[in-house]
Amino acid sequence: MNITRTAQKSKNSPAFEVERIRADFPILSLRVNDKPLVYLDNAASSQMPQPVIDRLTRYQTTQHANINRAVHYLSEVATSEFEEARRKLQAFINASNEREIIFTSGTTDAINLVMHGYGRKMIGPGDEIILTTLEHHSNIVPWQMLAEEKGAKIRIVPINDAGELLIDEYEKLFNSRTKFVGATHVSNALGTINPIKEMIAFAHARGVPILIDGAQAAPHIKVDVQDLDCDFYAFSGHKLCGPTGIGILYGRAAILESMQPFKGGGDMILSVTFEKTIYNTIPHKFEAGTPPIAAAIGLGAAVDYLSTIGMDAIAAHELNLLQYATEKINSLPGVRIIGTAKHKAAVLSFAVDGVHPHDIGTLLNQDGVAVRTGHHCAQPVMQRFKIPATSRASFAFYNNIREVDALIDGIRTVQKVFT
Amino acid sequence: MSDYRSLYQEVILDHNKKPRNYGTIEHPQHHAVGHNPLCGDHISVDISLNDDRIENIAFQGESCAICKASASMMTVSVKGKTRTETETLIQEFLAMATGKLSHEACPNIGRLAVFAGISDLPTRVKCAILPWHTLHSAFTSEGTTSTEAEADPMHAPIGDA
Repeated sequence: MNITRTAQKSKNSPAFEVERIRADFPILSLRVNDKPLVYLDNAASSQMPQPVIDRLTRYQTTQHANINRAVHYLSEVATSEFEEARRKLQAFINASNEREIIFTSGTTDAINLVMHGYGRKMIGPGDEIILTTLEHHSNIVPWQMLAEEKGAKIRIVPINDAGELLIDEYEKLFNSRTKFVGATHVSNALGTINPIKEMIAFAHARGVPILIDGAQAAPHIKVDVQDLDCDFYAFSGHKLCGPTGIGILYGRAAILESMQPFKGGGDMILSVTFEKTIYNTIPHKFEAGTPPIAAAIGLGAAVDYLSTIGMDAIAAHELNLLQYATEKINSLPGVRIIGTAKHKAAVLSFAVDGVHPHDIGTLLNQDGVAVRTGHHCAQPVMQRFKIPATSRASFAFYNNIREVDALIDGIRTVQKVFT
Repeated sequence: MSDYRSLYQEVILDHNKKPRNYGTIEHPQHHAVGHNPLCGDHISVDISLNDDRIENIAFQGESCAICKASASMMTVSVKGKTRTETETLIQEFLAMATGKLSHEACPNIGRLAVFAGISDLPTRVKCAILPWHTLHSAFTSEGTTSTEAEADPMHAPIGDA
């Protein structure tokens, strides 16, 4: 009896109070075209809660100076808050050491850092780099640039019709020339969650280092880089309720220490003479010049905010939204979901028969619904499905069921206009 | 324009559904292909002239409703026009679509005024003007054009689509 009552109680009083969370995001009360904003473009960039906005204001109004330089009060405060943010990020992804957290300008910058710092030193003519069909252009183009420079070759892991990687094919791509793997944790275009832990283990068993593009994963699922055992993990602050212009490259200390610096300048050195420069230790070796200090501190506040809600609770709520939206979209005749992987994050790419995604996007916007339309910087995925573009709704933990309904009503309106 | 749906007027939806002059011309005197690399859309334009007048014009391609309707209505508007008349209309359409001129200030614009509202939607301007870029390229024998080609004299510096 007691057990039943407890079970019912927990079912009826969900720990996840989405309306209370929504109240933390000022932008969500905006009206667009005289309709409440329905922001479903979170895979492109997320919105910022008041605690993060307040933290940025507090930094700019009471703590700002350049870091690692002067002995005055403000410089010491700014330096200590900046390094505190690094430790928050370390805890957020469970890195074993704060020296393994490098502040970059974003995921793209982080991947370019690895390409220049590791790739240009370690990859040579005839070597092979494995990437997947699901990569964002930011985890394709830097490696193509390297392959062209070095005479290396890029091998691609194919996907099935559901948008899942063919892991057998991945394993077959390895040979004695394989020197590096780059794989996305979650596909930005389809939402597929890749089995990266298995992929990492397979690469490591062959002595091949692997970079994980976590831009779409870090905001939605608990990331533990020690459990994953990856060599590099890259993600962006602005998809994580933080500011733009800041991102993280996690790298295992040993591999970071073996790497060349990417950018030269101040802060990344121990001493400079015109004869010889001695580089600083990690992570500073990779942080030349004045970093985006406010953005880093803001990102620290953002991961505090997310951790208070709990990444597991966030993932569970988003999965509910995804399942509800998937059911609703599947019930609409003439609408097809692109990307039907078994394990998906809350990304819903879809096509409406006879209607171009741009027309869908413009008409949904009329109803205040913000979705992304286009190739999502993942043209190889589009080519695989033989479509030029999709419409994509991507959910965050602050979205609710009413907003999914607004999307569905909007798609019905689009279909009515185009009948 | 407060209601974007007014852009999707009957005439635009009709030209999207039943595009006029859709297809190719067997031996065109002028031909060009236009791309919008940001969305993957592309259209081709074929022209045959009689003296200096457009005797026949055809287009085909993959695009959104705005682009297809713009192309369809363009072919209807320029058929029978001289090159000079056509170039004048191209300039008027571009000025109207990019918001530089109101449709009232464009004496030759006629029914194409239904596209006036596009200037309020910067990300969609490229959709409407791609066919006109392409027509211009066909005349100047450039062969291909792109909404992202800075060198193009008609490049419209607008937001990422």
